[in-house]
Amino acid sequence: MSAQPDALLPFADAVATFDPVLGLEVHVELGTATKMFCGCPTGFGAPPNTQTCPTCLGLPGSLPVVNRVAVESAIRIGLALHSDIAPWCRFARKNYFYPDMPKNYQVSQYDEPIAVGGWLDVDVPTPDGPRRVRVEIERAHMEEDTGKTTHQGGETGRIHGADYSLVDYNRAGIPLIEIVTKPIEGTGASAPEVARAYVAELRALVRALGVSDAHMHQGSLRCDVNVSLRRGPDQPYGTRSETKNVNSLRSTERAVRYEIQRQAAVLAGGGRVVQETRHWHEDTGLTTPGRSKEQAEDYRYFPEPDLVPLAPSDEWVAQLRRTLPEMPAARRRRLQADWAVSDFEMQSIVNAGALDPIEATVADGADPAAARKWWLGELARVANERGVEVGELPIFPADVARVVALVESGALTDTLARRVVDGVLAGEGSPDDVVAARGLKVVDDDAALLAAIDEALAANAEVAEKIRGGKVQAAGVVVGAVMKATRGQADAARVRELLLARLGVSG
Amino acid sequence: MAQPADLTRLTAHDLATAVAAGEVSAVEVAQAHLDRISAVDEAVHAFLHVDTDGALAAARAVDAARAAGERLGPLAGVPLGLKDVLTMQGVPTTCGSRILEGWRPAYDATVTRRLKESGVVILGKTNMDEFAMGSSTEHSAYGPTHNPWDLERIPGGSGGGSAAAVAAFEAPLAIGTDTGGSIRQPAAVTGTVGVKPTYGGVSRYGLVALASSLDQAGPCARTVLDAALLHEVIGGHDPHDSTSIDAPVPPVVEAARRADVRGLRVGVVRELSGAGYQVGVQQRFDEAVALLEELGAEVVEVSCPHFTYALAAYYLILPSECSSNLARFDGIRYGLRAGDDGVRSVEEVMSTTRAAGFGDEAIRRIILGTYALSAGYYDAYYGSAQKVRTLITGDFRAAFEQADVLVSPTAPTTAFRLGEKLADPLAMYLNDVATIPANLAGIPGLSLPVGLAPEDGLPVGLQVMAPVLADDRLYRVGAALETALLDRWGRPLLEEAPSL
Ligand SMILES: [Zn+2]
Repeated sequence: MSAQPDALLPFADAVATFDPVLGLEVHVELGTATKMFCGCPTGFGAPPNTQTCPTCLGLPGSLPVVNRVAVESAIRIGLALHSDIAPWCRFARKNYFYPDMPKNYQVSQYDEPIAVGGWLDVDVPTPDGPRRVRVEIERAHMEEDTGKTTHQGGETGRIHGADYSLVDYNRAGIPLIEIVTKPIEGTGASAPEVARAYVAELRALVRALGVSDAHMHQGSLRCDVNVSLRRGPDQPYGTRSETKNVNSLRSTERAVRYEIQRQAAVLAGGGRVVQETRHWHEDTGLTTPGRSKEQAEDYRYFPEPDLVPLAPSDEWVAQLRRTLPEMPAARRRRLQADWAVSDFEMQSIVNAGALDPIEATVADGADPAAARKWWLGELARVANERGVEVGELPIFPADVARVVALVESGALTDTLARRVVDGVLAGEGSPDDVVAARGLKVVDDDAALLAAIDEALAANAEVAEKIRGGKVQAAGVVVGAVMKATRGQADAARVRELLLARLGVSG
Repeated sequence: MAQPADLTRLTAHDLATAVAAGEVSAVEVAQAHLDRISAVDEAVHAFLHVDTDGALAAARAVDAARAAGERLGPLAGVPLGLKDVLTMQGVPTTCGSRILEGWRPAYDATVTRRLKESGVVILGKTNMDEFAMGSSTEHSAYGPTHNPWDLERIPGGSGGGSAAAVAAFEAPLAIGTDTGGSIRQPAAVTGTVGVKPTYGGVSRYGLVALASSLDQAGPCARTVLDAALLHEVIGGHDPHDSTSIDAPVPPVVEAARRADVRGLRVGVVRELSGAGYQVGVQQRFDEAVALLEELGAEVVEVSCPHFTYALAAYYLILPSECSSNLARFDGIRYGLRAGDDGVRSVEEVMSTTRAAGFGDEAIRRIILGTYALSAGYYDAYYGSAQKVRTLITGDFRAAFEQADVLVSPTAPTTAFRLGEKLADPLAMYLNDVATIPANLAGIPGLSLPVGLAPEDGLPVGLQVMAPVLADDRLYRVGAALETALLDRWGRPLLEEAPSL
């Protein structure tokens, strides 16, 4: 890999001079129980090559059989994207040699995809709240995933310089849907945000459909980013680069930004952009060149003769249409109205990935404001620390709802509630388990509190005098001492009330 | 009670009957054939691998089942040779290629599984042209098979091993596969019966693909009834093969027993005779057609004008599919690996392996197919060939409006000499000119012996073709002709072959 860093034009200059055009190809790994063309299980993380059979290993003589559930998922994605579902379509072989391809061809679809056309509206966050952009869809097609190669030894972990390579075919044959946009024009400086918002919306869509868990970091949703620049909207498209291996929403945004800056520097310097595949590097935030068009493979597509054409009947498509859930955008609008939050707050909720947990917490009886406070506050902070999404924290929305209820009933203070949540996150059980085990309970016996207040006053005689003398602000010191003595289990407001009454001072 | 030495001369039907009746044990039958293989296969070379232990174990299981009073299948205890292009768990499967040397499949082909479940005793794997590419079995990486009628001549191909094994009495039955004539042409030149069923009639699961849209496994036998019995065992829908037809096996055994052509319209294909056909082949064919007429068939002439383009279309479609099907043989997962010296890259090891593992004919067709599918050439080559395929299917449809079955000589010549056409691929390809149209259209075809060519004393085959899923008509016509010819000759044609 070249060590020479790419020249970059400052982003503002780049988008002032050039008009970026985007194209996004998103691969969604379907969450079907079995693979695209065989009966092997698809679970993530099994020991290498344990989820294989003659078909997904491409053994001589083996044959594919189409997974009907995968086709249903593809059709439902197509319907949700407002695509036309092909009444007749075929699989095709994409021929190229690579060790992680068991057959040295991939069964895919070429000029006869299952879903054609369509669109997806995305809300692009701006300082003034979300702006709606319609992204036109070119097609969605079905294909099988390849195996996974890891290169052992050597310095780079790449194939060059490795001592040897290991191939795991567990992933080979897992069904993928590739969704390709039409060129996305007119985004200007917001191109990176549009790309990110599109991928996020598509992710929400496939999750709402229940067809994929769409975890980018596990590779079950992957994005290839095409970027080209032109001098202005009336100019023909420039030469594009295709950046692969973009594995997070943040990377999608960064990769687009990087390519705009890199290509702008090339063009501004009088150079020509090379049509090539580039690789995104999460760690460095750079793209590096892969295959150029001159080296590009001729995939020699032809109709897969081992499979018969697919002809989804009108009845079947209509039946699948009836299974479509509420679309994410409609759901967001509904929840925003229900919760009475601003556009800006809603944008924060969505960005934090907290929509599902908050909705579920509210469904479990919590007040929307309280639910939002937890998921966007304490829990967002912990998730950030742990580098996971809030939805992945080991706490159920029902637990959060229970904590909210305990606070509302006065059984817990905010401080205690945070300790309960800590306990749940630490795996100590449900909120009630944690309360019982840790003995977390508001001390609501006034006699006990008064005894603690007297002790604190005795230890802080000077402060007591000041308070009596009218310096009510000094009460905080005594309240603090009482809270400490009760291990935080007292209601601070009540302590203050009792303290002032004891000293004969009015608050 | 038959003596073991005679067992190899019995038909599959008679053997199965004798085993079922307890007149002979399946082990005795298997041993007799294993002995015959030991005696003659050094000269014939029909087998690439003889599975002595497996065959005897399978035979013992049949005997045990009979002893336990279990109902036996119609071919239980009958020995069979399996073309080395079908997988059999744990038994070497080479497809006649160096590149698969040492590979022992982890699974049974559906055909293999059905044979085992029926109590058929698989003797071993039969020789073939590499990956079923050829018409002479000379393209086997393990040396050619010799025609039992004349060891200096070819046994046809690609399934020369299966046909020769049956003709040499090494097995009463064999499985072949037919992509452009690889069952029928070997049957014709060895004086045996071979059937290519309707495409989709027999599962391709476990059949190592040459051209997926053309390949079809089928029976090789010495009688039409034996072929029908085997057809019934291996045929029928298989959920592991998407292209397998979800319909019952046509009533082939019933048709073979009926052996009646009265009132049947037999169409002689004008384009499959005359120029290019050996005089003796044409003569025996014409006599057989006359015999059918005597038997009560109505003979008509039909024309299939697009057959002229069949060979050209076939040699675009086949190499295209084959170039992709054979891509998986790269030394990474199984079979031969060449050039893995720790220095070469994975791509270099793949290409070194392929260069070392594939023979000339395989490489020729891979290159042809890669070219035909390339960007810019696809429409002109693969695309046009598919259009021709549609036209040929249309020719058949029209012809089957005038006739219930079509007939032609199976191959234009009798068995040629080993080496005679090896240097001239085009001459070799012309052997399949009469058999290829049926593969392109997916229809069934049968070849049966109709005599010896006067000029060289070698067997001549007649081909019967029928519409999709009308495989039973092949057996009606085949059995009727077979019976009438046997009456005329007094003994089976194979009795005329020199003893080995
Ligand atoms: Zn599998």
